[in-house]
Amino acid sequence: MTNEECIIEVEGLHTRFGSHVVHEDINLCVRPGEVLVLVGGSGSGKTALMRQMLGLEMPAQGEVRIFGEPLYGHDRKKLQYMRNRCGVLFQKGALFSALSVYDNIALPMRELRTLDEGLIRDLVMLKLKMVDIEPKHASKMPAELSGGMVKRIALARAMALDPELLFLDEPTAGLDPELSEGFVKLIQTMRTELTLTIVMATHDLDTLVALSDRVAVLAEQHIVALGSLREVVGTSHPFVANFFRGERGKKALGNTGDVL
Amino acid sequence: MPENLGGNSSIVLRRVTNDDGTFRLVLAGSYTLAALGQRVQTLSTDLVAYATDPELRWDLTGIEQLDDAGAVLLWRAWGSRRPTHLVLRPEHERLFDRMKEAPSAPAPTPRGLLWPITILGKAVFLLWEHSTGLLILIGQVLLDAKYLISHPARIPWREISANLYRTGAQALGITALVGFLIGVVLSFLSSRQLQTFGADIFIINILGISIIRELGPMLAAILVAGRSGSSMTAQLGVMRVTEELDALTVMGIPHSLRLVLPKIMALGIAMPLVVLWTSAVALVGGMVVAEIQLGLSYQFFLNKLPDVVPVANLWLALGKGAVCGMVIALISCHFGLRIKSNTESLGEGTTNSVVTAITVVIIIDAIFAIVFSNVGLK
Ligand SMILES: Nc1ncnc2c1ncn2[C@@H]1O[C@H](COP(=O)(O)OP(=O)(O)OP(=O)(O)O)[C@@H](O)[C@H]1O
Ligand SMILES: [Mg+2]
Repeated sequence: MTNEECIIEVEGLHTRFGSHVVHEDINLCVRPGEVLVLVGGSGSGKTALMRQMLGLEMPAQGEVRIFGEPLYGHDRKKLQYMRNRCGVLFQKGALFSALSVYDNIALPMRELRTLDEGLIRDLVMLKLKMVDIEPKHASKMPAELSGGMVKRIALARAMALDPELLFLDEPTAGLDPELSEGFVKLIQTMRTELTLTIVMATHDLDTLVALSDRVAVLAEQHIVALGSLREVVGTSHPFVANFFRGERGKKALGNTGDVL
Repeated sequence: MPENLGGNSSIVLRRVTNDDGTFRLVLAGSYTLAALGQRVQTLSTDLVAYATDPELRWDLTGIEQLDDAGAVLLWRAWGSRRPTHLVLRPEHERLFDRMKEAPSAPAPTPRGLLWPITILGKAVFLLWEHSTGLLILIGQVLLDAKYLISHPARIPWREISANLYRTGAQALGITALVGFLIGVVLSFLSSRQLQTFGADIFIINILGISIIRELGPMLAAILVAGRSGSSMTAQLGVMRVTEELDALTVMGIPHSLRLVLPKIMALGIAMPLVVLWTSAVALVGGMVVAEIQLGLSYQFFLNKLPDVVPVANLWLALGKGAVCGMVIALISCHFGLRIKSNTESLGEGTTNSVVTAITVVIIIDAIFAIVFSNVGLK
């Protein structure tokens, strides 16, 4: 059942690490232009699911299709094209430790081999400005950065090619509230300029409330709730109740007022 | 008269004549990195050519998708300022505002005129740093050893035995293979030479002295330096990259005591044994060829061996092995602890560690040869 409407399609996906079952029969469709937020307890398999969507790990069972094509059996050129359309922010940043901040962001641009150095320089400085990194940090090495800076530079690198599909693993973890807000604004403006599809894992309720079009809740190896924030909050699963209707949840949801 | 310059249908760049006779440049479609693809260069030259006309009216309202790459392309064509006549969609306004705020890249610092001197100076300082670092490490390990003698309960037995297994037991296969082959080759070449002089019997002297005194220890040391030395350096280096070393420090577990000392002790114990093993296997290899080539029986070979090779040679070899083992571990740990937390430094550190360890092993061998030139030789 290939669905034309899905930019990412996950079908009957099972994940196992040895005897440890992480996912059982996950079905998910990410629609073009939406922000899908994955929530779930620590260790519920958000990162694992994203890694499978990216083809970094083979699912034990089931299939993942991106842009309507299965992840395996592409020819090289198609796969590269598909990769260039995706940007990924890893949970731990995954900056290249041997390259400076500037080169980290310039690397994907240089790999295209169509842009000249001058254009790349302007683009890199623009991306750095976008994530609020001062130009004096451009020549630093990743080991010389603070944790939050690593996160922001990794975000800049993920957006280096202005991808249409962004995978963000905990984008605001480790950022102070002001920077988190800046991140939310950044994504919001980017969405007005481009059709951007985002799959994001986060524990940050404020970000979730501000950005999510749909929320998928992972618990007990399944997606226990999937839908708009309002629909998800309405379901009766204990994890949902805990996550959204706890003290923190009330506060974050209260800010938006109209959600509940 | 519209002229379409876009080969790709999603990018439109077209000059149209207005009713009042002025020109209007219409840009439409998606100006995104993905859509631009190979056309970046040609499009950029076209845009620059158009931008030379200051009276040209730029109409960007047809652009549906505009990303940073597209915006930067236009911005650069305009010479980093907005053209006088420009209409664009309100949502794209922000992109160009951002461009105005974007800082320019810091200029790369030019190389000074004195660079040969700077490079030389840096090399000297590096050598000095290595010497002091090694000295400090040795001092630290000696202090740790003294501490352990008075607190035997704190001796890291588990680490020592793990290292013994990794550096000793697991090295037996490769050292045996290399030792056997060298023994075979040496015996074959020597026996051919000796046969021409009718001095067959001296094959035992040649093999005995050269393998037990020299080749066995050297082969073992070089193999272990490459094998265990690199793994020790890489292990410490990865621990630096992943901040495990810092985690140990904050738990109050000193690196020298828990990581360096066990490695030095383990290699100090394992190396003489590996030397013994390598020499034995090499002798077996030599013996087999001697039997085939010269018809010397195994029993005769083994009976004659103690008579022609004084036992002092064996002690010398074992001593050399112990010293080389400890030095290899020390050098590997020194380089491992110096690694900075990036992958390039990890690779470089490991290479330097192995190269230094092998060089030092050979230097140690030379020193032994000179100092003990009167020992074990008739
Ligand atoms: N390579 C692996 N080998 C074995 N088990 C793994 C591996 N990767 C993940 N797991 C297990 O899969 C489960 C899900 O891990 P995952 O990293 O996806 O969690 P998560 O939902 O992203 O959690 P967090 O919010 O803490 O990042 C965990 O129980 C983890 O132990
Ligand atoms: Mg995770």
